[in-house]
Amino acid sequence: MRRETQRLILLLLPAGILFSAFFLIPMAELFLIGGAGKDGWAAYAAILTNANYFNSLLATLGVAVLTTIVTLIISGISGVFLQRHKFRGNGALVAMLTFPLAFPGVVIGFMVIMLAGRQGLIGAVSEALIGDKIVFAYSLTGLFMGYVYFSIPRTILTVMAAAEKLDPKLEEAARSLGASPFRVVLDVIIPGLKPAFISAGAICFATAVGAFGTAFTLAARINVLPMVIYTEFTLAANITMAAALSFVLGAVTWIVLALARTAAGGTVAAAG
Amino acid sequence: MSDINPMSIALKNCAKTFADGTKALEPLDLAINAGETVVFLGPSGCGKTTTLRIIAGLEEPDAGGSVLFDGQDVTQIPIEQRNVGMVFQSYALFPNMSVAENIGYGLKIRRMPAAQVRTRVGEMLAMMQIEKLANRRIDQLSGGQRQRVALARAIAVRPRALLLDEPLTALDAKLRDTLRLEIDTLLRSLKITAIYVTHDQAEAMALGDRIVVMEHGRVAQIGAPRDIYQKPASRFVADFIGTMNRLNGAVRNGVFTCRAGDLPWPAAPADASEILFRPEDIRVTEDGEPSTLRGRIASAFFLGDRTRLFVEVGERQPLVVESTARRDFSHGEQVGLAIDPRGIVIL
Repeated sequence: MRRETQRLILLLLPAGILFSAFFLIPMAELFLIGGAGKDGWAAYAAILTNANYFNSLLATLGVAVLTTIVTLIISGISGVFLQRHKFRGNGALVAMLTFPLAFPGVVIGFMVIMLAGRQGLIGAVSEALIGDKIVFAYSLTGLFMGYVYFSIPRTILTVMAAAEKLDPKLEEAARSLGASPFRVVLDVIIPGLKPAFISAGAICFATAVGAFGTAFTLAARINVLPMVIYTEFTLAANITMAAALSFVLGAVTWIVLALARTAAGGTVAAAG
Repeated sequence: MSDINPMSIALKNCAKTFADGTKALEPLDLAINAGETVVFLGPSGCGKTTTLRIIAGLEEPDAGGSVLFDGQDVTQIPIEQRNVGMVFQSYALFPNMSVAENIGYGLKIRRMPAAQVRTRVGEMLAMMQIEKLANRRIDQLSGGQRQRVALARAIAVRPRALLLDEPLTALDAKLRDTLRLEIDTLLRSLKITAIYVTHDQAEAMALGDRIVVMEHGRVAQIGAPRDIYQKPASRFVADFIGTMNRLNGAVRNGVFTCRAGDLPWPAAPADASEILFRPEDIRVTEDGEPSTLRGRIASAFFLGDRTRLFVEVGERQPLVVESTARRDFSHGEQVGLAIDPRGIVIL
């Protein structure tokens, strides 16, 4: 029995060392630095008391939540469709949809500017039609659009994999009991896809909270936490505040993912 | 349970060609009486499940075909408005709902008040003797329990017909026998129109008022189990249902002569060149008893209540003979055989 325990400890050692070296120790260090400034531990309170920081926290979470919801709706519908209907060019279309996976955030930001920027397509079309140039690339809306764009590929792939495992007999059974197509979606398809939605949604949310490249490219008025951390760290040289904000960003994301995993009943393999 | 109002079902010229061009079903006409249990029987790919799905409304017949419920054309009506109960081989219970929620699902869809749903679900649980399982999750149930829940769920909505697609195939042999008996009792007490698809001839014989034997998308024979068994309409039916022995020979003066011997058969048609008969219509004769045919035992299987013998008589296939005699049969032994001419079939 004791030898068994010893062997387990030995086997866990490599992972333990890596985990400590690259996660526990840096996080602890970050946490300590956050409290080592001239305001001490009050730096952590500043996230709630300082309107600027608090608003950026809310904006970050808001964009991330909205991105997750919209991405899940779009990917849920198209993922199930692409899985169910095999048409000519289906494979090519799926491959194209997964294309954005390879793009860095900067490229996504650039594409949002091309679409909704001052010289963008939407602006040009709207000016021709209603005489008013619609520009939203440099705001939270533009950021949201970019995030949805790069969240869709991985969500679609997860949904498609889950949709393949849905038992068509369940839908037939529901219909035989009188369920309309809409009820079938509500009572059979969505519950069947729930684990996939939660795991894909968690990744989507975490990515949207932490993404920096797109926000940095769109720049200007966007006030999300990764940008604030960057500004505090490089421009204001306020390292303790940057550390405190980073820690909170990490902690909030972790809590949301933990909640999602609990809701999924432990069936979610998604990493935090 | 007289609250179910059975309906008659008719198929008119129903054919089915799938998108890839496969012809699953040749044009079929079929009338099923109200309250009748009809079994579609056949090997896989014979079109029996396709026919069931056309009746259910899960498949549409090719142009020109129509499905009538009580004389009313329902071909264009989707399954959710046809009010037919379905039971699947894979149970198809909703994993995100409890047993009671599964059974009450159809009632909830019909916007029945919650109190009435509870009463009806209680009735169903009692009828299937699964009251204790009401709050269980589906993954906590055994196969037999799942199929009972599936039956309860299908019947709870008082369907006009019950459609069962190989409901017992996924169960082990012993449970299959128990549940077959339960389903039989259930269908008789409900007096519901039921269509039962299976590839298992024993199930078909036990449950069906009538059996529709299908082959390659066509109906091979329709009839009561006894007719199908005793008067098969084709070689396919004869071979698919039960075991059939065959002997080749010729008839002369009321005697059928084959390699194994001469068989007196007064009613023999003059042109009979091949006769078929069931294992129960041939027996091993006792010592000293006159026997008409002779053969050599190729193998013998002791089954407990009887011994199944394979007797070599110079034909391509040995004869299958079932003997209840309390004796051993040894390999290579010569035996005398007697055939009851009343069991002889000519095709």
